[in-house]
This record gives sequence, structure tokens and C-alpha cells, in this order.
Amino acid sequence: MIPEIGHFALVLALCVSFVSAVVPLWGSLSGRAAWVSLAQPSAQIQALLVAISYGCLTYSFLVHDFSVLYVANTSNTELPLIYRISGVWGAHEGSLLLWALTLSTWTFAVSVFSRGVPTVMLARVLSVMAFISVGFLLFVLLTSNPFERIFPVPLEGRDLNPLLQDFGLAIHPPMLYMGYVGFAVAFSFAIAALIGGRLDMAWARWMRPWTALAWAFLTIGIGLGSWWAYYELGWGGWWFWDPVENASLMPWIIGTALMHSLAASEKRGVFKAWTVLLAVFAFSLSLLGTFLVRSGVLTSVHAFASDPERGVFILGFLVATIGCSLLLYAWRAPRLTRSGSFSLVSRESGILLNNVLLVVLCATVLLGTLYPLVLDSLNLGKLSVGPPYFNTVLIPLGVPMAIAMGIGSVLRWKRDQLGRLVKTLAVIAICSLLAGAIVPWMMGGYYWGAVLGSALGAWVLLTTAHAVQLRFKNKGFSLAAARQVPASFWGMCLAHAGIGVFIIGVTLTSHYNVEKDLRMVPGEVFEVSGYRFEFRGVTEVAGPNYDASRGVVNVTYGDRQVAELHSEKRRYRVQTMPMTEAAIDPGLFRDLYVALGEPLGDSGAWAVRIYYKPFVRWIWLGCLMMGIGGFLTVMDRRYKLASQRVLRAEAARPNEEVTA
Amino acid sequence: MIRFAIPVALFAVLVGFLFVGLNLDPREVPSPFIGKPAPAFDLPLLGDNEKRLTPEDMKGQVWLMNVWATWCPGCRQEHDTLLRLDQRNLAPIVGFDYKDESDKALSWLQTLGNPYQVVVEDVDGRAAIDWGVYGAPETFIIDAEGIVQYKHIGPLTDASVANDLVPVIERLKAEASL
Repeated sequence: MIPEIGHFALVLALCVSFVSAVVPLWGSLSGRAAWVSLAQPSAQIQALLVAISYGCLTYSFLVHDFSVLYVANTSNTELPLIYRISGVWGAHEGSLLLWALTLSTWTFAVSVFSRGVPTVMLARVLSVMAFISVGFLLFVLLTSNPFERIFPVPLEGRDLNPLLQDFGLAIHPPMLYMGYVGFAVAFSFAIAALIGGRLDMAWARWMRPWTALAWAFLTIGIGLGSWWAYYELGWGGWWFWDPVENASLMPWIIGTALMHSLAASEKRGVFKAWTVLLAVFAFSLSLLGTFLVRSGVLTSVHAFASDPERGVFILGFLVATIGCSLLLYAWRAPRLTRSGSFSLVSRESGILLNNVLLVVLCATVLLGTLYPLVLDSLNLGKLSVGPPYFNTVLIPLGVPMAIAMGIGSVLRWKRDQLGRLVKTLAVIAICSLLAGAIVPWMMGGYYWGAVLGSALGAWVLLTTAHAVQLRFKNKGFSLAAARQVPASFWGMCLAHAGIGVFIIGVTLTSHYNVEKDLRMVPGEVFEVSGYRFEFRGVTEVAGPNYDASRGVVNVTYGDRQVAELHSEKRRYRVQTMPMTEAAIDPGLFRDLYVALGEPLGDSGAWAVRIYYKPFVRWIWLGCLMMGIGGFLTVMDRRYKLASQRVLRAEAARPNEEVTA
Repeated sequence: MIRFAIPVALFAVLVGFLFVGLNLDPREVPSPFIGKPAPAFDLPLLGDNEKRLTPEDMKGQVWLMNVWATWCPGCRQEHDTLLRLDQRNLAPIVGFDYKDESDKALSWLQTLGNPYQVVVEDVDGRAAIDWGVYGAPETFIIDAEGIVQYKHIGPLTDASVANDLVPVIERLKAEASL
């Protein structure tokens, strides 16, 4: 019965979201206040219904209801509790339901936390979000119903894909979806503004915290995915330029551009049409990502459901959503351009440069991702675009971006004199070059990339520190003064410093890591960078739903015991899929990584992979700093104050636009 | 204001490509092994590990090699098609049991019927790498000279057997008898 309740709740949610999409919007255009006021309650009811539906599916997982096809395909009685909860989004149908749930959650949040936004504007925003909901709920119900039953009921489920039985991956999709879908809020604000023709600094102010929040989630989500790939896939890489990874990176890049142009729109009222376009792009790329993953248009390690029928549906949805919004943009945007002026040397120029570079970067990634498809469509043959392409095109774009970022964060709005900054910047540049000379020497080897990367990382960190210093120039640094500084400034500094940390991590890991594939017999010792790895043999162990061969490697450094690493080769009983569970001794300055390979012959010898990865943690530390920076921006006092001010203003002039 | 319409125009082009892309199969990768000699292996037979088989042993006749495993749902799906193909006695089918367990494989053949003249076991999947196998089921056609002539990826259906496999087999047999 429970699955039917879930199904029924989903159908009801579709009906409610249809009402929520049409009625308030129509009311806002025809001036009916009662219709407009329907926006918030209907959004909240819809969110409740989707949550009920999602809860029912989770319940079916918890009680092992294998009469539900989806549960039978992705769960098993031996599956541990946490993976029964995360298994809900372990395959196509459930992950779509999670998408819908995430969208409802955002809609609910907007309906509750947007007190300051005028009723009409809010109604339009919620209507646009409800339109997206209609599309996704239709998609779930028509092509991928997770509540479908099977008869006869199987006694045992086919188990969750072993790759997904991991804590990192359990939380990676929800985080990523919070980011992806979060851009729907920015998108809806942009569309609502286009409909209403009202694009002012207040509008940018309402939209900015939502965008920052979505961006922060996306950053953390991508970081988690990369971290998961590193320790779970067993070959120690952290980014593969897989189409699905690119699909998450592209909205992130555009989202980053959007964060910056929004700052300019909010503070200075410039780039408004451009900001709208970026908001549309960010969400379009999220949808495109969903299309690429779900339709099987591109091959990928993530492609676990490819079905042309679903592909056609998403493509249709894509055309409707993105096509309509771009048409709306082409129609309305020409009236919106009325930019404030700024001089060549100003923060606006810095942001403009940043935006141009980011958009070019995104276009490059998009081209690399879709190029195989385009060639295939034109019958020009099959090929795949791999990491060499991306690595080659990224460096010439990343270098000016990092340099510009350092200068941009110390520039003033509207007009600035380079003369004011030249002296300090020159000192910082010299220090950075010194870092570029010293760090590779300390790591034991000169490479062009390492010199460049270390210098750039140092440049970003030092200029960020300089921005903080400038902020306290007149007041002197004290805790009280630090509290006076807006949270969004700290957010910016933390995120920029995160980029610096990230650059250093990527540079040092890729140039100085040591990777060894060895044949080891028990008792054999191998030395990497001063660490002695002693192979102590393999024992058999049994897990809840797998059997494993566990290899033990003892690591010492000089006389000091460092770690005993247990790497496993797991065989999951139901899916009979072999999995490598790497053993890692993490550290701020280096990771020791051991992965057990195959047994070699009868002498007890095994293939063992030993990696020494310096500074690899800095990659995710950087992502974490960026994410926290994003969250800090949201907590800025000015968004709360602004909403209260508008609230008072609106109370004085109720429903101005409706009656107008 | 033409420039505001540029995004929507670009998007229209993109949609065109995506639509065409939907009807293409990215998995259909042309096998680099076609037209090349069959990669060598020397594998034990299922149920009788004392005996072994290499592609050399099949020389002089047109034969099929079907990569399968008991863990593979697509293999179950194509099994009846394989049985029917075997009954037509067009060419011997060699089963290539891929990363599987002997007991399960034997009981599978006992319960579902055995379309194979002989089955080799590739327990660790090493030999499959040489054949460019990247998922079961896959079916190869090898000519009398030992050259790989055709590769089918995914489950066979009666239609794909009739339209794709049988014409190739008959052509190769005709060439061999010349």
C-alpha cells in the first residue's frame, strides 16, 4: 500500500504544481491579487506531497519491499542501513525523484524566506519554479516511475551497485543536486524579472544569496565527487574529464561568473542583461547535464540508464525551458540595458574580464564534451576527447584568470588608479616568483608547470591577504573591526584563498606524485620518498554483503611507525563485481595510497599499487574553502536588512504592480 | 536588436545536434580487431579443465565466439536466440565464459540448454582484454583463415541474427569453399 501512497502523492504533486505554475503567473499578468496569493501555499503543499512520495520510496527500501521493481533492482537484504537510505538515489528513477524533491525543497525555501520580495515578483518566481516541477514530475511519472510493482515478487534484490556503496557517494548526489537545482532559483528570478521588466539593484540583491547558496552546494558536491573518485575507484586520480564530470563543472563555471556579475549588478547596477543571461545559462547547463547523463547521448562511466525514450522527453523539456527563456530574453532584454558607467581601471572591468574568461572556459569544456557527438552527428567518424585536450586549453585560460583575480580583488568600484596599487602588487609579484623558485626546489625537481603553478598559487594567496590588509588599513585590525566587515567580504577572501590552495594542490600533486605498480611477496619492502612500505601478506575477510582479500602494508619512516594500511579486493556477492578498496594514510602535506591488485601466481605474490601523493588534500581543502566562502556570503547581514527594508516599503504600498 | 537573439540561435543549433545524437549509439564503436587475426588465447574448457582450446584449433572453419556470463542479464535474454541459431547448424559457436564461476556456468547450461560446441573459461578476464571485450554479451564471427570478420555488441535477437549475422556467415562460408 505504501508505494501506492507514494505514487498517488506524486500525481497530486504534479496537479498542484500545475496550478502553482499557471494561476499565480496569470494572476500577476491580469491583476488578480487573489490568484497571486495562491503562489506560496501551493508551492508549500507541492513540496509536502513530493516529500511524502519520497518518504514512501525510502520506506520501501527500509523494509525490503521487493515487490517494488526499483527496490528489487537496487537493494538487497544484506545491504547496510545507510546504503538502503542512499540507495534510494542509487539508480535512474530514484535519483530523478531526488531531483524533484530537491527542487521542491528550494521552492519551499523561496516561499518561506523571501519575505522582502514583493508579492508579485515572488509569485512569478514561484510560478517559474513550478513550471520546472511540472516538467520533472511528468518525466518521473511518464518515463521512470520508481513505484512500479513486479509480480511474482523476487525473494532477494539485485543489490546496489558496489561502486555506490560508500559514504562519500552517499552524500555526493544530494549535494550536487542542491547545487544544480539551486540554480533554478536564480533562473526563476531572472525569468520573473524579464516578465515583469523590472531589473534593478534590489532584484540583484534578492537573487544573490540564493545563487551563492546554490554555488556553495555545487562546489562542495563536485569536491565530494572528486574525493570519492580518488579513494574509491582505486587508481588515485581525482578528475577524469568524463562527460558527466564536465556536466557538473560547466554550471559551476557559469555559476561562478554569475556570482561575480551579480555582485556588480547589486553594487553598481551594471551588467544586468548579462546577469540575466548567465542565470539562464547556469540552469540550462544543469538541465543539459541531466540530459547528457540520462539520455545515453555520450558514453560515460556514470551512464547507468540510457533509454532513447527518456532522452526524447528530456530534450523536449530542454527545448521548452531553455528555448522559451532565451526567446523571452531576446524579446525583453533590449529594453533592460541601461548600464552605469565605469572606467577602464575599476573592479567592474576586473569582473568583466573574469566573466569573459569564465565563459570562454565554459565554452571550451562544452566544446570538448560535445565534439564527439557533433562529429558523429555529421557522420565524420567517432572519436573521444580526452584529458590532453582539456589540460592543454585550460592552462592558457587559467593563468590570466588567476592573475586577474589577484588584481581584481584589491580594485575599487567605478574608478581606481593603478598607481595606488602598483608598488604593493610588484612586491607581491616578486614574492610569488620567489615562491615559484623555492617550492619546486623543496619538492626536489624543476618543472615549468610546477614553477608557474606555485607562483600563481602564492600570487592568489598573497593578493587575497593584501585585500584583507587594505580593508583594515585605516581602522587597525581588531576583533571588533573584523566583525564590522561584511560577511560577504570574508566569503570572497576565503573563496579566493581556496582557489590559491587548489592551484597549489593540483600543481604539486600532478608534478611530484610517485606511482608504482609492483609485484610484492609477503615480507618484501619498497621505499618511496623515504617511506618504507612492507607488504605483510593477504588475509580473507567477510563483510556484510561481500567477501574480501585484505592486503596489509606496514609503513615506516626512519624508525617511526607511520601507518598500517589495509587495502581490500572485494567481491560483492550479489552483483559479483570485484571492487578495489584503496587504503590511504592522509596527511596535510602528503597522502600514502595503497591499492591491492590481483594475486600473481601461487607464491603468495600480489600486484600492489603504491602511490605517494604530495599536497593532494589541498585540492579538496581548496574546494571546501570555496564552498564555505559561498555560505559566508549568504549570511551577510545586508540581505537580512535589505529584506526588512523592502518589507516596510511594501507594506506602505501594497500590491502596487497588481493594481497598476 | 539582433545580438540578444544570438543565444537562442546558438541553442537551436545545439538542439539539432542533440536530436541527431539521440538516434546514434555511442557504444557502437567500430572494433579495431575486425579484419585482423583472432587474438590468441589458451584457455581451459568449462567442466573439463584438463583440456584447453586456442583459436588455432578452430582454423579451417567459419565459427562464432559468444562472450557470456551467468551474471549478465543480457546473456539470459539472448540465450534462446543462440539455441535457435545453433539448431540451424550454420557454424559452430564457441562459448567464452567471461569472469564467471564454473559451477554457476555449468548449471546455467544444464537448465537453459547448451548452444555451444565448446565453452572456454576466462576466469580473470585477461583473454577478454585482448579481444577488446568491454561487456557481455558480445558475439564475434571468425572466418576459416582465423580473421575476425564481424562483431556484435549487446544481446542478439532473432532479427539481428537473420539480418546481420547469417548473411556474414554465409558469405564467409562461400568464400572458404572457393
